[in-house]
Amino acid sequence: MDRILADLGVRIIVCCGSGGVGKTTTAAAIALRAAERHGRRTVVLTIDPARRLAQSLGLTELDNTPRQVKGIEADESGGELHAMMLDMKRTFDEVVLAHTDPARATEIFANPFYQAMSSTFAGTQEYMAMEKLGQLHARGEWDLIVVDTPPSRSALDFLDAPARLSRFLDGRMLRLLLAPARAGGRSMFSLVTASFGMFSRVVQKVLGAQLLTDLSGFVAALDSMFGGFRQRAEQTYRILQARETAFLLVAAPEPDAIREAAYFAGRLGEERMPLAGLVLNRVHRTAVEGLSAERSRAAADELERAGGHDATADALRVHAALAEQAVRERRVAAAFTDAYPAVPMVEVAAQPADVHDVDGLRTVGDALSQP
Amino acid sequence: MTGKGGTGKTTVAAALALGLAAGGHRTLLVEVEGRQGIAELFGLGPLPYEERRVAGTADGGEVRALAVDPELALLEYLDMFYKLGAAGRALRKFGAIDFATTIAPGLRDVLLTGKVKEATTRTADRRRVYHAVVLDAPPTGRIGRFLNVTAETARLAKVGPIKTQSENVAALLRSPMTSVHVVTLLEEMPVQETVDAIGELNGLGIPIGKVVVNAGRPPLLTGTKVSQAELRRGLAAAGLPTDRATVSGLYAEAKAHLTRRELEESLRVELAELGQPMVELPLLPSGVDRAALDTLAAELLGTR
Repeated sequence: MDRILADLGVRIIVCCGSGGVGKTTTAAAIALRAAERHGRRTVVLTIDPARRLAQSLGLTELDNTPRQVKGIEADESGGELHAMMLDMKRTFDEVVLAHTDPARATEIFANPFYQAMSSTFAGTQEYMAMEKLGQLHARGEWDLIVVDTPPSRSALDFLDAPARLSRFLDGRMLRLLLAPARAGGRSMFSLVTASFGMFSRVVQKVLGAQLLTDLSGFVAALDSMFGGFRQRAEQTYRILQARETAFLLVAAPEPDAIREAAYFAGRLGEERMPLAGLVLNRVHRTAVEGLSAERSRAAADELERAGGHDATADALRVHAALAEQAVRERRVAAAFTDAYPAVPMVEVAAQPADVHDVDGLRTVGDALSQP
Repeated sequence: MTGKGGTGKTTVAAALALGLAAGGHRTLLVEVEGRQGIAELFGLGPLPYEERRVAGTADGGEVRALAVDPELALLEYLDMFYKLGAAGRALRKFGAIDFATTIAPGLRDVLLTGKVKEATTRTADRRRVYHAVVLDAPPTGRIGRFLNVTAETARLAKVGPIKTQSENVAALLRSPMTSVHVVTLLEEMPVQETVDAIGELNGLGIPIGKVVVNAGRPPLLTGTKVSQAELRRGLAAAGLPTDRATVSGLYAEAKAHLTRRELEESLRVELAELGQPMVELPLLPSGVDRAALDTLAAELLGTR
């Protein structure tokens, strides 16, 4: 990790992986280390941090702007840490405001379709995370941006969301739906437009005329923004492919998380996006390598039979369970390392309790940087 | 069945479907997020949008599975009311269905929950086709919005069959026929989300079932505090090495274990305070196979 953080050419680190593997904590720990040890002016964009972790970073309100984190040990290095929590709806509002005049924006904000889409559209969170990344990048105030990605149903969603949303907002479908006549005339579209005329009649019947009116208003208002949306999505996509970006896969040694990580590694390759390594969180290791699980358990049984050393018998059972878990985890992780032997991997030992303060993040940072 | 991502809700849902099939019943296991988690679990290829048998029980019961595709569900729904035929297929080819299910997320959820309702209430020869339907639902963060279908669609569709449909679904989801179980681990975030989700569902009037604590580990320490001196004596008695590295290593492991247990205990108390019935499922060290699912089913239903 220190090698990546010391490389001033790396200006964006994207942490991705399936939900529940410690992505947010990893992102925060990396950002803290970049500021404290490498003197970098760092901002970390978190999506949905655990409350106590958020508080420890001073993220008590969701105001969608980076705030400097006080009380870190960066006096010597001269680095800074800023942190922010993504407000999906507000980011969407900002995008709308940036692309249209205030009167039109007000109209868009009042539309029920916009309201539904800006808060519940599948993929909005992913898209807005990428949008925010683009914004932070464009401001040029930070020399390192660390991004946490949303806990998607699939780790791939945030890569696909910009394209999906821009395709949707591109409005060809919307305009066809609302004005089949406009798109007609050309023979190759005749079947399609015929279906569309019928489709909009069906939609009208199923959903009611009010819905179509709202939809129509939404489309008309968004019409001027389509180009801008797509352009921004494409820009962000190019930033993700650039040499200044490093993707970090975050996983835990569990079959689902490892499968997702392997899938994601393949996908990043296809998209020509730079994969810097795998962070394997929550790894269990035994402190007594030489004592096998079998021998430990047999000794525990023996002590119990003989009596008098219950506490030692317990400790030996704890050790046996830990040793077995370590073996199991190594086997699970091998599914990734066998498939991607060239991807560097760093392990972070499981902490007995969850991380929710700066000290805890520092410990994770140390673990990430072990040689 | 809901729960934070990574808590094993698909596995628990499958175990419940299996358990409820015991006694010669037929159950349906449904997934709605396009993850193909059921297929993965049973070691099958991707499931089509079609109810198909994935497992049987010794006494003639069977579990069928269905991966609901929102596009196909919309087509099916439109077909039921409007007989679309080839035109429907043309719409799909052009992406119109994708569009319609995308523009209105509420519509998408009505279609998904609507499909569940249809299966739940379907009859043949005046008997219910399914003894029980188990839905591997979206995670805790989205469950309230997903199940609160009326509110979402009311914003968009003020009249028409979609509105009627969503009202019927909402009524079923608030009836005693429904029970939302929440799967969690004894870890901080999943427990927090469990507490939040139960509060939210309570507010919506949707019946909550059990809190399922998954992947629990049996207590390994009897509670006697271990000291390094005792360890040294105990190891000697067992004929094991008593060097400093071994003693301090075992001591550190036991201490970390105790810290972890204390945290788990406080989380368990927090869950108990919710006042819902709780069930603890054991960690399955060797992965999830059929025998493991049967074990979980017995624990879930208290038939062990």
